Amino acid sequence: MEIVRRPQLKSTAIDRGVPTLPLYRSAPSLEVRLEDFELYAIDRLRVLTGISDGLSRGKRPEEMEKLVAELWKANMRHPQASEVMNKDIISHFVLRLVYCRTEDLRKWFLSMETALFRYRFRLQTAEAQRAVLAEFQLPYKAVTTSEFEVIKDKLTLVARSINQTLPTADAIFYKVPFQEVPELVAGRRVFLSDGYAYVAMNQVVSLVATQFRSLLSKALTLTNRKWMSTIREQEKDRLTPIVEALSMSYVGPDYSVGREFGELSLKDIDNVAKSSFPLCMRHLFDKLREDHHLKHWGRMQLGLFLKGVGLKLDDALAFWKAEFSQKVGAERFDKEYAYSIRHNYGKEGKRVDYTPYSCQKIISLTPSVGDHHGCPYRHFSEENLRAALCKMGVNSGGVEDVMDKVRHKHYQLACTLTFEAIHGCPNDAGINHPNQYFSDSQKILKSKVKCLRISFLLTSVIDWEFPPISTVHSLHP
Amino acid sequence: MVIEEAVNGRDDMLIDGQMADQDLPSGFNPNFLKLYYAKLFPYGDIFRWMSYGNDGKHPACDKSYFSRRELSFTLENDIYLRFLSFNSVSELEKGIREKCPFKIDIGPVYSVDPAKRHAYAQSGENVFKPVERELIFDIDITDYDDVRYCCSGADVCLDCWPLMTAAIRVINTALRDDFGFRHILWVYSGRRGVHCWVCDGKARRLTNEQRAAIADYFRVYKGSENSKKKVSLTGHALHPFLVRSYTEVLKDLFEQTLLSSQQIFSTEDKCEKVLEMIPDESVSAELRGRWQKRSSGSKDNINAVRWEHLKHTLQSGRHKGQGLRRCVEEIVFSFSYPRLDMEVSKHMNHLLKAPFCVHPKTGRVCVPIDPAHCHEFDPTTVPTLSQLLQELNSGGMGQEGDNDWDRTSLGESVRFFRSSFLEPLLKSCKEEMESAYNSKLQQSKNSMTW
Repeated sequence: MEIVRRPQLKSTAIDRGVPTLPLYRSAPSLEVRLEDFELYAIDRLRVLTGISDGLSRGKRPEEMEKLVAELWKANMRHPQASEVMNKDIISHFVLRLVYCRTEDLRKWFLSMETALFRYRFRLQTAEAQRAVLAEFQLPYKAVTTSEFEVIKDKLTLVARSINQTLPTADAIFYKVPFQEVPELVAGRRVFLSDGYAYVAMNQVVSLVATQFRSLLSKALTLTNRKWMSTIREQEKDRLTPIVEALSMSYVGPDYSVGREFGELSLKDIDNVAKSSFPLCMRHLFDKLREDHHLKHWGRMQLGLFLKGVGLKLDDALAFWKAEFSQKVGAERFDKEYAYSIRHNYGKEGKRVDYTPYSCQKIISLTPSVGDHHGCPYRHFSEENLRAALCKMGVNSGGVEDVMDKVRHKHYQLACTLTFEAIHGCPNDAGINHPNQYFSDSQKILKSKVKCLRISFLLTSVIDWEFPPISTVHSLHP
Repeated sequence: MVIEEAVNGRDDMLIDGQMADQDLPSGFNPNFLKLYYAKLFPYGDIFRWMSYGNDGKHPACDKSYFSRRELSFTLENDIYLRFLSFNSVSELEKGIREKCPFKIDIGPVYSVDPAKRHAYAQSGENVFKPVERELIFDIDITDYDDVRYCCSGADVCLDCWPLMTAAIRVINTALRDDFGFRHILWVYSGRRGVHCWVCDGKARRLTNEQRAAIADYFRVYKGSENSKKKVSLTGHALHPFLVRSYTEVLKDLFEQTLLSSQQIFSTEDKCEKVLEMIPDESVSAELRGRWQKRSSGSKDNINAVRWEHLKHTLQSGRHKGQGLRRCVEEIVFSFSYPRLDMEVSKHMNHLLKAPFCVHPKTGRVCVPIDPAHCHEFDPTTVPTLSQLLQELNSGGMGQEGDNDWDRTSLGESVRFFRSSFLEPLLKSCKEEMESAYNSKLQQSKNSMTW
C-alpha cells in the first residue's frame, strides 16, 4: 500500500478566524486526496440520511438538535483537528456534484443540508452565531444586558402572545431594523421600538436558515449547469466515476439508478403482491385484477414500480395485456396501451428510462373519481383504510397505531408501521420508496425461507438500460 | 319579559356645514372652486412638501425630483387625468387653475417623468417604476358600519367621530413609538374619514412587501360574511402594541363613550350582536336570560350596567372555556379598534387625495388634523368652500403680498401645516441630504490615491 505524503495545506479555515460553521459559498481551493474525496462524502451522506430519517419520524426540534450533534460527532470527525473543517467543506462540495443532477436529488439535498445547517447553528456558541450573521451580512446586533432589562417585560408579552417559550435572563435577542423582518412584523411576532424589531434567537435561526437555503438553491442550479457542460466530461477518468458510484452506492431518494434488484417473473407476481407490495401498489394491483383496467396515473405508478421490482418488458406487456384485453380487447391494447408501456421502459420516444415514483411523489398525487393511485394513507377514508390494513394482515393494535400516524399526516411512518406489523420486525430506515418496501420485504422473507433460490438469467433480445443481475442466494444459517 | 327599548332620540345629521349667507348655494360648485384655486389653495406649501428639499440650491438637490411625481386630476364630468406631472410651482398652479379639478390625487415619485413614460417603454426593462412614495393610510368610517348605530353610510356625527379620533391615536403612537417615524401628517378626508401621510425618507423608500407588513401589523379586524366573531385574539397574552392601544385608548373609548353614544346594549338585537361574539354558549345563555328578566330600573345606564355584567361573568373565572380568555378585549376591539383599508397602504402606486382639496359632496376642505389634539377636532365645523369665500369677501382688502388664506379660517390650517409638519420635515430633509452628500464626498476623497 502506497503511503501518500499529505501535502501541507496553506491555511485552514480555523486559522483564518472564520466561523466554525461554513456557509459553503465558494468551492475551496484545497488539495484533496482522491480517496478522501469519496470517503468524506460517504460520511457526510450518513449524516444527511440520518437527518432525513429523523425528520420523517417526526422528531421534535430538541430531539433533532441532539440527533444532529450525535450524527456529526459519529461521522465527521478527523484525527487531525485542523482537518475537520476541510472535511466538512470538501464533503459538502462533493455531494453537491452528486446531488445537483436531477430535480428530485436537488430538492432532497437542499432540504437536508438546510436542516443540518439550522441545527448546527443552534448548537453554536453565541459568538460563533454572531460570526455567521456577519458573514451573511445581516445587520443584526445582539441586545445588551442593560437594554434587555428595560424591555424584558415587553419581550415576555410578545412570547406569550405567540405561545413561545418565555425569554430567560440569558436569552439572546437581536436588534434588527424592522424593514429586514417583514414577516415577523406582519404577524406581530416581535416587539418593535423606535424602528427596531427585537428578534428572538429561534426566529433568527429561521431567518438564517432561509438565507442559507436560498444561497444553496442558487448554487445547486449553477453546479448542475457546470457539471453538465464541463465537469462531467473533463473529469470522466477521475472524479466522474466516483460521483456516479456515490449516487449508486447509496440509496438516494430515488430508485432510478440500477441497483441490486432481483427480478420478478409473472407466475410469482400474485404471491409477491400479497406478501411484499406496499399498500399503494397492492391496491392498484388488486383493482387491476378486479376491473381489468387502470387509468393513466394508476398505470404509471404501478407500471414503473413493477419495472423497478424487476419485471421485464416482455413480461410487463404480457401482464398488462392479459388484464386489459378482458376489458378493451387485445387489439385495442396493442394499439393504445402497449406503446406507453414500452415508453416507460425507455424503448420509445426520447428513450428516457423513467424512474419509479418515490413516496414523496406518490403522496403529492391526488386521485379523483375512478383513480386508484396516490398514497392510500393520505386519501382513503378511515373506514376503507382500516379494512385495507386488515386485509394486509395487520392486527387491530397495529391498525390503531397506523391510524394515529395517519391522523397526524405522517403517511410514510404509517406505511413503515404497516411494514413492521406484517413482517414482525422493525424497519429502522423508514419507508421512503415503494420499491424499498418491496426489497426490504423480500430480504426478510428470503432470509426466513431458508432455501436456495436461483433467479433466471435473462436471454432477452432487448437491450437493457441497467445490467440484469442474476443472483444466487445461498443461505448461511 | 321584554327588553325595554331604549329610546334613541338621536337624529341622523347630514353634515352639510354652516351657511353663513343663505344666498350662497350650499357646499360646492365649480365657480366657487375656481375662486378657491385662485385665492386660497396653498400651492407653495404643497410644492415645498413634494420637493422634500430638492428645490433648493445645494449641489445634492435633484432638480428632476418634483417633476417625477405623479398627480392626477378628476374633472367635473368624472373625467380622469392620470400621470400628470409638473416642473415647478408655477406650472403646478397653472395646471390646477386651468383644469379646476374636483379632486387632486398624489401618486408616487417615479423613476422617470410620468408624462414621458412612453418614451421609455421601448427599452423593455421595467424602466418606468415607482421609486419613492409616502407610507399612507386611509380610514373610512363606513368600514365601521356594522358597529355604529348612530349613522350609516356617508353620514358622520359627533357620536361616531370618536372612532376616528381613536384610530388616529392608536396608529399615530405606533408609527412613532414602534416604527420610529417622525414626519406624520393626518388629514381630514372631507367627509367621513381621515388619511395619514408618513413622509420620512425611510418611509418613502419602503418596498411593497414592507408596506404590507406594516399594514398587517395594524390589522386586527378580519371581517367577513362568514364569521360572527371578526376579532380573534389568540395567545396567552396580547402583543404590547395591542396592550398599549387597549389601555391608553380603546378601553376608555368603549366604556366612557361608545357604550352610551351607540347604546350598545339598549335593544335585544344589539345585545344579541355582542352575545354572538362570545364563543361559549353557556355564558351567552346566562347573560341573555339575565337581561331578559330585567323589568325595571333606570334605563339611563343600562349599557354600562350590562357591560359590567358581561365583564364580570367572563372574567370571574367561573367559565373556563377555550377562547374566553380574551373575550372582553375582543369585544372592545370589535367596536373600537382602527379599521384600515389595507389595499391603500400596500402598493407604492396607490393614489391618495391631496390635502387642501375640497370635497365635492360636502364642500369641506381637507384640512390637517393635529394628532396631539385630535379629540378636539370637530368634522362639523371644518371650513366649507362657501364659508371661506364668504370670509374672503367680508375680509376687506389685505396688503399686497399678504396670503389670502390668512384672512380666513383656512389660515389656521395652513399655519399648522407649516409649523407642525412642513418645517420640521424640510429641516430633516436638508440635514439628510447634506450628510449623505458629505459622506459621498468623503468616500471619493478616500478612494483617491496619489
